Amino acid sequence: MKAMRRSLLALALAGAFGIGTAQAQMSGNVLKIGVLSDMSSLYTDLAGAGSVVAAKMAVEDSGIEKRGIKVEIVSADHQNKADVGSAIARRWYDSEGVDVIVDVPNSGVALAVAQITKDKNKVFLASGPGSSDLTGKACTPNTVHFTYDTWMLANGTGTAITKNGGNTWFFITADYAFGQALERDTTAAVQKAGGKVLGGVRVPINNQDFSSFLLQAQASKAKVIGLANAGGDTTNSIKQAAEFGIVKGGQQLAGLLVFLTDVHALGLPTAQGLTFTETFYWDQNDHTRAFAKRFAPQDKGIYPTMVHAGVYASLLHYFKAVEALKSDTDGAKIVEKMKSMPTDDPLFGKGSIRVDGRALHPAYLVQVKTPAESKGPWDYYKIVSTIPADQAFRPLADGGCPLVK
Amino acid sequence: MAAIAERAAIRTAARNQFLVPTLVMVVALAVAPFAGVYPVFIEKALCFALFACAFNLLLGFGGLLSFGHAMFLGTAGYVAAHAAKVWGVTPEIAILAGTAASAALGAVVGALAIRRQGIYFAMITLAIAQMMYFFYVQAPFTHGEDGIQAVPRGHLFGLIDLGDPLAMYYTVLVVFVAAFALIHRIIHSPFGQVLKSIRENEPRAISLGYDADRYKLLAFVLSATLAGLAGALKAIVFQLASLTDVYWTMSGEVVLMTLLGGMGTIFGPVVGAFVIVTLENYLAGFGEWVTIITGVIFVVCVLAFRRGIVGELAAWWARRR
Amino acid sequence: MQALFGQLLIGLINGAFYAMLSLGLAVIFGLLNIINFTHGAQYMMGAFCAWFLLNHGIGGLTLGYWPSLIIAPIVVGIVGIVIERTMLSRLYKLDHLYGLLLTFGLALIIQGLFRNEFGSSGMPYQIPSVLAGGINLGFMFLPIYRAWVIVASLVVCFATWFVIERTKLGSYLRAATENPALVQAFGINVPRMITLTFGFGVGLAALAGVMAAPIYQVNPLMGADLIIVVFAVVVIGGMGSIMGAILTGFGLGIIEGLTKYFWPEASSTVIFVIMVIVLLVRPAGLFGRER
Repeated sequence: MKAMRRSLLALALAGAFGIGTAQAQMSGNVLKIGVLSDMSSLYTDLAGAGSVVAAKMAVEDSGIEKRGIKVEIVSADHQNKADVGSAIARRWYDSEGVDVIVDVPNSGVALAVAQITKDKNKVFLASGPGSSDLTGKACTPNTVHFTYDTWMLANGTGTAITKNGGNTWFFITADYAFGQALERDTTAAVQKAGGKVLGGVRVPINNQDFSSFLLQAQASKAKVIGLANAGGDTTNSIKQAAEFGIVKGGQQLAGLLVFLTDVHALGLPTAQGLTFTETFYWDQNDHTRAFAKRFAPQDKGIYPTMVHAGVYASLLHYFKAVEALKSDTDGAKIVEKMKSMPTDDPLFGKGSIRVDGRALHPAYLVQVKTPAESKGPWDYYKIVSTIPADQAFRPLADGGCPLVK
Repeated sequence: MAAIAERAAIRTAARNQFLVPTLVMVVALAVAPFAGVYPVFIEKALCFALFACAFNLLLGFGGLLSFGHAMFLGTAGYVAAHAAKVWGVTPEIAILAGTAASAALGAVVGALAIRRQGIYFAMITLAIAQMMYFFYVQAPFTHGEDGIQAVPRGHLFGLIDLGDPLAMYYTVLVVFVAAFALIHRIIHSPFGQVLKSIRENEPRAISLGYDADRYKLLAFVLSATLAGLAGALKAIVFQLASLTDVYWTMSGEVVLMTLLGGMGTIFGPVVGAFVIVTLENYLAGFGEWVTIITGVIFVVCVLAFRRGIVGELAAWWARRR
Repeated sequence: MQALFGQLLIGLINGAFYAMLSLGLAVIFGLLNIINFTHGAQYMMGAFCAWFLLNHGIGGLTLGYWPSLIIAPIVVGIVGIVIERTMLSRLYKLDHLYGLLLTFGLALIIQGLFRNEFGSSGMPYQIPSVLAGGINLGFMFLPIYRAWVIVASLVVCFATWFVIERTKLGSYLRAATENPALVQAFGINVPRMITLTFGFGVGLAALAGVMAAPIYQVNPLMGADLIIVVFAVVVIGGMGSIMGAILTGFGLGIIEGLTKYFWPEASSTVIFVIMVIVLLVRPAGLFGRER
């Protein structure tokens, strides 16, 4: 007993001294993380409160607080509005001492936040948005783009499906910048892989009924119907495609931006056979499964999507850079450090961050299982093929990023 | 003699009732940044306060409920943002351009909508606002969902750098106070009196020889122009113009601000705007509850609080005398 | 040419849906002069009710699509009656504006609460097996469920129109809205009739929601974007006319279907363009009477 007490005391003293010696200089004596997400609209499930959970897990798993750096997490809802998001970012940086913003699952908001982050020289871990402009013409020395982008999705899905035999395409495109960009990038990928685009139709966003567009898609006799849309538009098109017997009639559906939570909302009978690209799936290996088992109870039973995984992984890497520099004040310097170190985390495996801010990691072409193939809750995907990290993303020279010499 | 003196006394009292609170408001706003209040927050509240005041001019004093006022806020924002970013003009020209665009739009929409009354008038404004929204979603210059980003603040008159937070703040304050004074002038002018009479009893006003349609149209255009001024100013302050500003829920928000603050009072919309902006700020951390609380405020206001904050205060003050 | 037939049929189906959806709103506005902005939220509640009955059921017994068609409208109708009794009835003496604002606020609350509880992606709901599958008509593949929607819509619309325009109960109702004091003097309980009518209109919205659940994603915001289109239908058809709303619903569905074929990007805008034109030329709507 006495021995244990003595060793405990020794440990406590060592710990106290340990804290003293590993002293790093954090602004305001605390490393403050801002999780800016969509808590009330389209992306609540794939990001939202789950992103905050992922951030907390990242802090825990990195052990950064044990090494003497105090970390605080704040969160807010940008409601998918660029002005709300940019106002929150500005206020966080100006008067609340936030050092890094993570998540932001909306490209419009992300572009605004990237600009403000550059002006205030902080760090933006863009683990939620999709626009490939964030590492293209809108790239900054303070932004790191994780998880996915429109080019990768278009290229991954387009090339893989075309090579697999789906060489004629018809697009149903949401008629706004994001949808058009997806269609443009996928068309390029399909044509490069030797396929042909037979036609397409532009649909206003937030449209509920796709029957007449699906009819046109059926009439085109294309082997693949590409859904260049997102959120509610995607789930509605898939649901109605099942109703019109599209898949039973021999055509394949290619979702260009689909998340685990979308499949959950559709249910396997409707979503089966859908093919698309993701960069993370919870059932891939023991590390991802362990993460999911810890994550789900904290997020109302929802299993982690790639956006949640992106928050976790990007923060882990950020912490490494901050600890190496022993400071959190100079955003551009931290990002430079992040680019100089290879990334390695339990969820995405090994990768790296390019000079234009693009994080490179493997991508996976997945297909939704049939109800018979699924063995348990959230057991939705089978991984069809893997695209290696150096081929998954847009080549460095093609982006038009001014940081690339 | 006594009657004239009495009337003069009433006029002075009425003027004091306006001047004193206004002075208090202006002074408070002028020193706020030094008192530790975050300036951008007040700038946002002022832009919305101006928007609500413009809306109140039409609703509270003109008696016309427009469901599409967001189109004026947003159009001016887009034009101003485009002018500042793509044409590279100085901020005051950008703001003028935005305001002019909204005025023109107001004239066209007003000419169409004035022909009908009541709920039909509201429906026409809503329908046109929706058409404008879909147009902006697709028009290339707005960049759709991304909006016009990184709008430069520039140098006011080529001299004052609006990148400096204090310079931007006082610019917004000056514009707001000037517009506020203008609205007050309009309300208390003969034009304003005729407008109020049309609101109370249109047939009687017409029988007195006033061309009701012309007055209503003018009120509509004025309201649209000032709403445009608010939108253009907001685009420069936040350096961004997005689809949120033309979506119909923004039209709903301005109705809420005016209702909450007090329709038909001059300070009501300002108070309402500040309350709503503060609420959204404070609740941003509890994102999911913002819409619910907004809804609750709507319901409570309509059921039990129809005169709004300023209206209830004024009634209480009058009872005390 | 064949493709055009297909699009026309789809347009007809959508029109049937619009008609049924706007019926509830037309009844409430036409007869009670109340602008019910909560209509979209009540439609959503109907769909969620159906989902709930299927996945959780009552007392352990899960109920499928067919019982939901009856239970959901009743449940949501009762909610509507509560709203009317506790809140709306206080506003009858005031400007219509207040009723509109109240129902707008209620819609925000209801949608917000559902979204907090259920998230925003939505819940799965399958087409009942009896109605699944489709027929190949040659020029298009017609899902059986969609054909059922046309039939159901025609039945419901006609039944409602008949009750209101051709039966004694309907005539009491119409009289009560024109001159409540006189009708009350005849011994008819006018406030109770108004309450029940409101409940009926809300129930119709919920019924449309149950019919939509198998084909549109059941999510808390499903009514929010639809409400504006429904308003347009009611306004164009004539705010006082049941038949107007029905015919306009069908007509607009067909016009929208044609637009989706010839000029898809404009398909969302066309309804509003028509609305503005009608409001300028015939403000009471195509079939309405000027009040």
